[in-house]
Amino acid sequence: MARVVVLGGGVSGHTAATFLQDWIGSNHEVVVVTPNSKWNWIPSNIWVGVGQMTKEDVTFDLAPVYEKVGIIYHQAKALGIHPEGDKKSDKPYVVVESTKEGSVGETENIEYDYLINATGPKLNFGATPGLGEGTNLGEHTVSVCTADHAEHASHELHKMIEAMKAGERKKFLIGTGHGMCTCQGAAFEYIFNIEHELRKAGVRDMADMKWISNESFLGDFGVGGLHMKSMGFAVSSKIFAESLFTERNVDWIIGAHVNKVESGKAHYELLDGTKGEEEFDFSMLIPPFAGVGLKAIAKDGKDITDTLFAPNGFLKVDANYGAGAYENWKASDWPSTYQNPTYSNIFACGIAFAPPHPISKPMKSPAGTPIGPTPPRTGMPSGIMGKTVAHSITDLITKGADAPLHKASMAEMGAACVASAGKGLFNGTAAAMTIYPVVPDFEKYPGTGRDTDYTFGEIGLAGHWIKHILHHLFMHKAQLRMGWTLIPE
Amino acid sequence: MAEKVHGKHHEENIKAYGNNFTTMTPGPFAKWMRTCVIYQAIRFVAINIKMLVVVGKSH
Repeated sequence: MARVVVLGGGVSGHTAATFLQDWIGSNHEVVVVTPNSKWNWIPSNIWVGVGQMTKEDVTFDLAPVYEKVGIIYHQAKALGIHPEGDKKSDKPYVVVESTKEGSVGETENIEYDYLINATGPKLNFGATPGLGEGTNLGEHTVSVCTADHAEHASHELHKMIEAMKAGERKKFLIGTGHGMCTCQGAAFEYIFNIEHELRKAGVRDMADMKWISNESFLGDFGVGGLHMKSMGFAVSSKIFAESLFTERNVDWIIGAHVNKVESGKAHYELLDGTKGEEEFDFSMLIPPFAGVGLKAIAKDGKDITDTLFAPNGFLKVDANYGAGAYENWKASDWPSTYQNPTYSNIFACGIAFAPPHPISKPMKSPAGTPIGPTPPRTGMPSGIMGKTVAHSITDLITKGADAPLHKASMAEMGAACVASAGKGLFNGTAAAMTIYPVVPDFEKYPGTGRDTDYTFGEIGLAGHWIKHILHHLFMHKAQLRMGWTLIPE
Repeated sequence: MAEKVHGKHHEENIKAYGNNFTTMTPGPFAKWMRTCVIYQAIRFVAINIKMLVVVGKSH
């Protein structure tokens, strides 16, 4: 009997664990280690952040779901990986520390035959002075990264709305809180959902709204922008985004590294070297992501973290980490099996794998500050990676160690993305987009890097309906309710 | 926000030589179509088909 340990219970880890249990669970053990007691459908957090959904609407308890299907669940955070075992045993294991009420801080070793690292990111608020301390959100801004954060954001937003109704003018600043952030899409959704709520509340004319982001152009979204087929044109996402910002009367600052946040004020440096500050009454700034800080220890006790992990803390996989400058980047640099090159029984998926390089062209200010989006690995690609890794491990266990691995490169997969611009059954809107492939392949698709037959986007009520249906579909799927395996990632 | 002044629509959000001076903005008809239930029901079907094709190509 083999044991597969999955670190992390987010989109990628949960997908991998549940499919593994479905495919091999009756004969083998699937173990999930995650510090959270609840699963969170993160894309709907933006609706919690404006008070249109509750925390309960976007989360559910993991324990009963895992118990129902026989997955062994440890509410704990992983501290370290011992891929060669230790002096007493050759069996590899992970060290975990309980986060469960009643046993907080207790450590345990869990042996594994196969390990999937799907921990997701560390929310690195501490990278920007004033944005927070370590992984904790500070007092000057709000966040929608977790359901708890989003609930707090909604509370603060409604205080603003009450003040505006009383005649006070307010400034809103939404975007990224550091030069090396990803997830611009979440901030994009949040600013337009706020704008929509302010209009509904009749106070839009009392609000000055501004976007601040590390993208070198509006509509980069961490994927170097995209060209969408529209009215016979291949239209840049820059035009698409600028049009929406203009229509909704939202101004923007781009190419910005927010380097300090204090009460009511954000300081920033731009790609052209300009330094500035922006005042706000309400601000949501996405923090940069980092690896969760797992250690790797060899059999002799030597620290081999650098062997297993990239300097940013994400796990190395079958990517080309030596591509060098932007001009040398190729689609084939991107991993497809997510297997660690040193330890073949370790895989990583979702945000936890180390990308070979960004997707957007890296840029620096004259002072040498890197300012540019890091690559997104969330949502649909994250789920596909989890399922692919689960498929590979299933074959390795059932067919033998020589079984070929399944592949799912971000340079060969597309993504469907629905960015809400306001919630409402008849007055809501969302930008419905598909992108194919996620990582541009300029050799296969010269010019735009993508297949414009499968890369499109449009704004409308239909997009909102799709986003709303996806919320219920994915909550249904994640709770392993009837027919869950039929719902694609 | 397009403003109707003297019977004509004006894109008052566009600021001359500001950030948004060179972009395009939707007119009243394009905006109406975004929440026109009949048109959006058709788009709903079309977008779902497109997304399913992309999802199919990615698995």
